[in-house]
Amino acid sequence: MSKSGLIEQERYTCAIGALQSVVAIPRAVPILHSGPGCGEMIAGFFERSTGYAGGCTSPCTNFTEKEVVFGGINRLREIIKNTYKVLDTDLQVVMTGCTAGIVGDDVDSLVAEFAEEGKPIVSVETAGFKANNFEAHSLVVNAIIDQYVSRFEDEYEFKSEKNTVNLIASIPYQDPFWKGNLAEYKRLLAGLGLKANVLFGPNCGGVKEWQTIPAAGFNVLVSPWYGKPIADNLKARYGQEYTWFHHIPIGANETTEFLNQVLDFALSQGAQIDEAAARAFIKHESDAYYEEIDNLATFLLEFRYGLPNHAHILHDAGYVVALSKFLLHEVGIVPKEQFVTDGTPEKFQDAIRADLQSTSNKKEIPIYFEPDAGKAHQILRGISHKGRGLIIGSGWDKELAKEKDYDFISAAIPSPYRLVLTTNYAGFSGGLRVIEDIYHLVLSSYA
Amino acid sequence: MSKINLTLPEVQIREIRINSITGYQGDAKGLVEASYSGLKDKERSFSQCLGCATSKAACMTVLIQDAAVISHGPVGCASCLHEFAFTYRVNAPLRGLGRPTPRHIFTTNLKEKDTVYGGNIKLANTIREVYERTQANAIFVLTTCAAGIIGDDVESVCNEAEEELGIPVVAIFCEGFRSKVWTTGFDAAYHGIARKLIQKPRQRRDDMINVINFWGSDVFSDWFAPFGAKPNFITPYSTVNGLKFASEAAATVQACSTLGSYLGAVLEQDFGVPEIPAAPPYGIAQTDRWFRALGKILGKEDIAEKIIAEKKEKYLLKIEELRRKLQGKTAYVTAGAAHGHALLDVLGELGIKAIGAAIFHHDPIYDSGRKENDQLAQRVADYGNVTNFNVCNKQEFELVNALNRIRPDLLLARHGGMTLWGAKLGIPSLLVGDEHYSMGYEGLVNYGERILEVLENDEFVKNLQKHAINPYTKWWLQQAPDYFLKGGV
Repeated sequence: MSKSGLIEQERYTCAIGALQSVVAIPRAVPILHSGPGCGEMIAGFFERSTGYAGGCTSPCTNFTEKEVVFGGINRLREIIKNTYKVLDTDLQVVMTGCTAGIVGDDVDSLVAEFAEEGKPIVSVETAGFKANNFEAHSLVVNAIIDQYVSRFEDEYEFKSEKNTVNLIASIPYQDPFWKGNLAEYKRLLAGLGLKANVLFGPNCGGVKEWQTIPAAGFNVLVSPWYGKPIADNLKARYGQEYTWFHHIPIGANETTEFLNQVLDFALSQGAQIDEAAARAFIKHESDAYYEEIDNLATFLLEFRYGLPNHAHILHDAGYVVALSKFLLHEVGIVPKEQFVTDGTPEKFQDAIRADLQSTSNKKEIPIYFEPDAGKAHQILRGISHKGRGLIIGSGWDKELAKEKDYDFISAAIPSPYRLVLTTNYAGFSGGLRVIEDIYHLVLSSYA
Repeated sequence: MSKINLTLPEVQIREIRINSITGYQGDAKGLVEASYSGLKDKERSFSQCLGCATSKAACMTVLIQDAAVISHGPVGCASCLHEFAFTYRVNAPLRGLGRPTPRHIFTTNLKEKDTVYGGNIKLANTIREVYERTQANAIFVLTTCAAGIIGDDVESVCNEAEEELGIPVVAIFCEGFRSKVWTTGFDAAYHGIARKLIQKPRQRRDDMINVINFWGSDVFSDWFAPFGAKPNFITPYSTVNGLKFASEAAATVQACSTLGSYLGAVLEQDFGVPEIPAAPPYGIAQTDRWFRALGKILGKEDIAEKIIAEKKEKYLLKIEELRRKLQGKTAYVTAGAAHGHALLDVLGELGIKAIGAAIFHHDPIYDSGRKENDQLAQRVADYGNVTNFNVCNKQEFELVNALNRIRPDLLLARHGGMTLWGAKLGIPSLLVGDEHYSMGYEGLVNYGERILEVLENDEFVKNLQKHAINPYTKWWLQQAPDYFLKGGV
């Protein structure tokens, strides 16, 4: 960290940025009780992220001097009331900004009034100075569970669906590949015989799916640290145990390990699974993957005009660890100094360090936890390794890659340099996609 | 009486300074008339996300070549600024910048404890660290809602840092909650620049004309050359030194009076640089007035007449042909104030009937105090009234309602997010980011050709219309667009 605590080239945003987790739930709407610019800042950070009712569609109280001085609760009441007239939505999540946080509006009580009338509405405190959006994602999800899903607890016996799991993985929009990743996880878990509630995006069943959360037999957490409070909350609330995979499974090695871990856990939790069929599914996926790698190996080993031989990754801890493992073992690119830019809380850093170190018993991979990416750039400017270098990071890193004459892949946000729709980096197919991205880029640099 | 006072750290907000409003429903003529007889604002009882002053202040400082910018607030208040780093890089060739340098964008990253104990020390340390890291020639500090409410003394911290570091450290007060008119952020940036950077002129240069603008293509070098002058573009792509001596220019022109109203007036009133008494050159009538006003200020009226005659010779036939092709078409405009009026001029000149507009705010009179700068008044006088004229600060629900009712042949927008609804309703929609693209005679040809292209190739919007997702209720689409607009007169 810098001495002052400043951040240059930010890679995450503040708590209210978790409004994108609401946008990712089909037909849900965030209602902002905040200053006028918060929504615009978030829309500008994530880009192309409006969804059903985000961006310019989201209602907002747009604090003025008047609300700062006298409080904004009446204004919020009016906006919520009229939201029901103007927008057709299934779930409303009221989120506070710094202004509301500092002046101390009692938003919870107001929202409770609407909830008592039966409105599917919840509130969550997301003043920007309180947390970042990695942390606030959990605040939002837990608020929906505690204030909305809880209303349906009588309808579903806890843990009654032994083969159903709640998946807590990619953070919508903060992970640019969230949509594709969630779809791939769902497909892979289905291959094991499990039905996954992915909760976000087109492959979830909207609020109906959220209502069934208590019935899931157990939960799956795929994350280095964020999202853990959700798994903990579900465990405390519904007694659902969870299995925790600490990085994103990219490529065959890690995806196989991930699926085996989930399978073993599912069996221990009493899921009704044909184990032989599940193992055969994993093997089939892995074989199909290695057919591609087998075919590709000659190129990787023999291409004589130059391929990258080392990489630096600037990303959240889940990607940094996952891509390092993947690049070393499955592509043959050596991970050098790595930068975790997600503001990982200190208590998780040792475990992440150990996870990265387990990549190889022959080499040390230096890792920096550095949300101030300007500092990371300073460090990278002073580093040089033999051979052709590759940087995988956000749009901010493109200029550094150019300066260092490295190849560059945009795989983190914010990035105006890449458009991602439903591409996945997780899973077997995700690994192949990473390979395609790298070598498409490299080959495009010739002639 | 002038409302400009550079001895105060904070700029006066537009609502107070020039009586700007954000709510009106009626026609353009009525708004122009009301503007001179005490316009009252209206409030909405439903509203969607606006924009705020801090990002507007940012875009006028981040793109200064050799400056660094610090957002003094939580990390979220600098979230969208990476877009300006992209803009800077992408548009650099338009301004002849061969090697655009990375933008220096920081946040003090205020946390909860800072809101309790204050963020002054954190800011002071950040300024020091930013200087060490960037060696910038000036550092701008943008305030945010959180910093404003907790009462940090940003002005004093900046002054102390300035003394310590020996470079201008400019506090810019642009908290979002202070004004409903987000263009107050431009004024805030210019206020800081005028206080701390612009110096008293050492001389008057007749070969330099200030152009207050965003980052559009350079049409001005060619236009000014016959007058023996060059454009001094401010503030994007300028340097700290270039800004210092903007005070020596022969005149100031604007790409958009909404943008440059305050700085144009400051340069005139405090530094003696005359602002030309004409709205920006959109449409033939206004282009002619603009060149003549420029010629008059420079004492080269004959050159202005010569330029006008040459342009007419070169472009009138083409414009006439475009008018023929566009005859009978209707359009709706949504844009920031003066540029929205400019687009209405362009439509008027091309013979397209403007049947409605959603303009983000309205400035009854610009800081210059001159009616000649009022582009909407000129529009009404030159091309007639505009019905369904709505002043609406990017309230999408009103736009959707109005478009759904009016169903124009074409939607012209300027500002992200606004074309979507035209397209969803199957209306060919055009956003031209480069505000210089439609200026002058050549601009009419450029724009007319683009409009023809958009009208001709409507297959995409027609297909999107069939599959459009609509979160708005049936009830809402059946109400009048100003249903939630109340109060005022």
